[in-house]
Amino acid sequence: MSPAQEVNIRRELAAGGSHDLPEPLAAAGNSAGAQGRDLYSYHDLDVLQHLTAMQGSASASIRSIDELLERDRRREQDGFPRKINVGRLIKPGKRGKEKVVIVPTTVEEKLLHDTSFRGEEEPSQGGSGEGEAGEVIGEQPVHEEQQPGGTGPGQGEGGSHEMESNAYDLGRILTEKFKLPNLKDKGKRRSLTRYTYDLTDRHRGFGQLLDKKATLRKILETNLHLGNIPDVGRIDPSRFLVAPDDKVYRVLSPEKDYESQALVFFLRDYSGSMEGPSTVLVVSQHVMIYSWLVYQYAMQVETRFILHDTEAKEVPDFYTYYNSKVAGGTQVSSAYQLVNDIVERENLTRDYNIYIFHGTDGDDWDHEGSQSIPQLKKMLSYSNRVGITIAQHAHEEGQRTEVEKYIRRSGLLEDRPKLLRMDVLREDSDEPRLIEGIKTLIAE
Amino acid sequence: MELISQHTKRIMEGCKQRALDAGLRFDRETLEYLVTNRDLLELTPKLMIPTLYDYWVHDVEVLKERGRYELYPSNPYETVINTRPAISYYNDNNPDWMNVMIFYHVLAHIDFFQHNLYFRHTWDYDFTGQALSDKRMIAQLRSEKGRWVDYVIEFARGIDNLVGFHAELGRLNRTPATSGSRMLDYYFDHFLQSVRALRPNKYIKEIERYNACLRESPEMGEQAFFAEVLRKYPEFDSNYKKSLDAKPVGRQDLMQFILTQSEFLNKERNRWMKPVVEVVRKTSLFFQPQIRTKIMNEGWASYWHERLFLQDDRIRGHEVDFARTHAGVTAMPRVGLNPYALGMRLFQYIADLGDAGRYAMDFRKLTDSRQREHYDRHTGGGRELLFKVRENLNDFLFINAFVDQDFVTRFRLFVAGRRLNQAKGVWEIYVKSRSAESYRAMLRNGLYHPPCIEVDRSRAGNGALYLVHRFEGKPLVREFIANTLLGIEYLWGKPVQLETSEFVRGEPTPGPAALPGMQMSLGEEREQREMQWQRVLYTMQDRKLTRELL
Repeated sequence: MSPAQEVNIRRELAAGGSHDLPEPLAAAGNSAGAQGRDLYSYHDLDVLQHLTAMQGSASASIRSIDELLERDRRREQDGFPRKINVGRLIKPGKRGKEKVVIVPTTVEEKLLHDTSFRGEEEPSQGGSGEGEAGEVIGEQPVHEEQQPGGTGPGQGEGGSHEMESNAYDLGRILTEKFKLPNLKDKGKRRSLTRYTYDLTDRHRGFGQLLDKKATLRKILETNLHLGNIPDVGRIDPSRFLVAPDDKVYRVLSPEKDYESQALVFFLRDYSGSMEGPSTVLVVSQHVMIYSWLVYQYAMQVETRFILHDTEAKEVPDFYTYYNSKVAGGTQVSSAYQLVNDIVERENLTRDYNIYIFHGTDGDDWDHEGSQSIPQLKKMLSYSNRVGITIAQHAHEEGQRTEVEKYIRRSGLLEDRPKLLRMDVLREDSDEPRLIEGIKTLIAE
Repeated sequence: MELISQHTKRIMEGCKQRALDAGLRFDRETLEYLVTNRDLLELTPKLMIPTLYDYWVHDVEVLKERGRYELYPSNPYETVINTRPAISYYNDNNPDWMNVMIFYHVLAHIDFFQHNLYFRHTWDYDFTGQALSDKRMIAQLRSEKGRWVDYVIEFARGIDNLVGFHAELGRLNRTPATSGSRMLDYYFDHFLQSVRALRPNKYIKEIERYNACLRESPEMGEQAFFAEVLRKYPEFDSNYKKSLDAKPVGRQDLMQFILTQSEFLNKERNRWMKPVVEVVRKTSLFFQPQIRTKIMNEGWASYWHERLFLQDDRIRGHEVDFARTHAGVTAMPRVGLNPYALGMRLFQYIADLGDAGRYAMDFRKLTDSRQREHYDRHTGGGRELLFKVRENLNDFLFINAFVDQDFVTRFRLFVAGRRLNQAKGVWEIYVKSRSAESYRAMLRNGLYHPPCIEVDRSRAGNGALYLVHRFEGKPLVREFIANTLLGIEYLWGKPVQLETSEFVRGEPTPGPAALPGMQMSLGEEREQREMQWQRVLYTMQDRKLTRELL
């Protein structure tokens, strides 16, 4: 272990922190600890009349986003750099209800003073009221400002031009406009309907179809309790007392048909070293890959989300996956192992095309990959594609990260070019670079 | 958008009369519209100007994390716009008493727009009318030239924050020319000073000689004076004629310079681009004063809506409603800056200063704090002082002149700092300083201030445009340089160079290895690197950017 690696490990160990979800915005409130508002963020309409702009309607906006992207393509032909970014946000929701919000964004570049530059001094702001000089009047959690969010506005107020859409639309846009490849072989196509309706649920009292056997059982049970059956050997049905609740009916209910075509595992390193841009990059890329697959498989995609530091855990929804804060150390193999366990336990290989995407900054306490490589090989034995994204820290530029090193050394990239892909990008990469990366990861 | 009802309009007219009686001055004609959310959706990207030209970026969320308010010097949610007649916007379900308060606020804004000298260039025309004709012109061009119109708008907007706002004001507020003839002005102002470079005593002698000539003969004196001049300096005549031919070269901002000097724009087939650039420039100039008077403007409006509302006999019974809303608007936040609150208190403070006769040399000379505390001359000059301040100052001067220790102490203001508490893992907000000096510095730091970038004609080689950024301690946003210069190169038609300062980080020195269990300081890494400023030169040629250290 080199000294540099040791420093990294120690730093992650020492940093502390937890993987909590960020507090809901409303809770932040206007305590003294909250950052004060900027001088120019006060407006008459807002302050005096509480008027804010409304959101555009979804159907109109999707058409205009196509136009915008068309405009962007023309820019390239005319010899000017592209300007539209398709920012994405995941709107929180209950399981399965998350919405991808597409926010077409752009930047008006001007020669401006870099206001974020302040040398070494912490920014100061105005204040009023009691307190001696030096007195602490409020506190603010350190991690609050570093929520990973899409590249969208993320300023808490909800941009006025958000365009709500689902992942399918984003996938379509990515495929068509950014020329992401179509999947040639979509795997073994199984005919499936997402839901089958069947009379499977039981309901007492009333319903669509009387379940005679179950009803008889119920009546028998009731009469036994009532002592209405003196001799169990000789039952006389004519003496039965029948309570209304004894009738058991079958009612129609939707049954999920679990045969989906694609199953995607998203693995995210949320160790302490992932703080800042690397996390934003990884989650943005995963949103786009997810959307692309949703489009390619015509909505028939199952997703599983796994977060790992030194231990891996599965989280129920994209929102948790997207928003969990970073902390702790790094053990890549833990995530790989969890994937292998899940696949084995649930016998997923039989029914699914399995895709696994892993995003990390390339740090791993397992420097040689002695644990990760065997797990990775196992993953490759059943999956359709394993894509590893390494968002390299700026200060490590030019040198290979641990994960990159051991994966290259293992020779798997050459041995299984169809199955394993790796994309190494700098943590300050822009959107076109991200999309380029997706092409690397998913191209045939 | 529809006009407010007759009932509400009547209330507005009542407000106008009361505001006029109180001393505010504004055009009687105003337009009030009800706006729905849908209207706002269209209005806000157009900076509340309903007739502003169309531009696709208006339909897109513009990322503003960097330099949020530097990008556009105006407020997207202003309730009243500076047009003739002034237009203001209202929610359709405001109760009457609230409308009264907002009307007073709006009227004070209008009074401010129409009298503060920083708005001088907006006084002689109606911006919405102008914008409408510009919008039609751009629409017409777009139907002919297609997306190239948008490129020109984009590139022009890339430099529209560098407009020479103060030069424009200087042109309008020029002191009237002297009563003397042009020849006389030339002789004393240019010829003697620059061409002959006379010593002061000789210069004064010339003035005396001129006065003597006039005394001798009021009609013929000047002629006699110049006869003598020609004898002494035979070259004066030709110099004077040459000076008449030379066009007065005022200070041109970057956009003007490109408009007049760019060979590319002045080609026959590119001429149509010039009016587009002009429109962008005019629009930018129109919004400049707004952001430079934010604290004053909101303070002035809040000061007057409070005074006038409380005197208004029509809204009896709504004092509590008013108090709640008013406090929400003008309460000093515990941490942060509210321009309404700060500005209103400053105007109250100024009124008190004037009433007590404290805005005077006598008071300033006092050093005894007890005497200062009880100083009151009952001059009653508060009102006059208020109106003088509203006419002549902008935020920068306003803060510098009136945020003094008495003010800071009276309203218990302080500068709040933030520091890391490692043990608890939180940022602590603490009272950093209660001195007026640091409070002013903090305010000044937050004020809108675009970079000063000018054309250096002496260093232009081979038709290239050489821009110099006058360094004021802050670097330019680096990611934006490439695309901005690309736009300038397009408009200029030849290579563009930008000289600026950048912060170059030295090599990090290896710090001591962290000990187990020791907390790593977040700032440590930063401290270990040496930082230094360096002049750098960016060159944009054939749409490629290169950077070199100077």
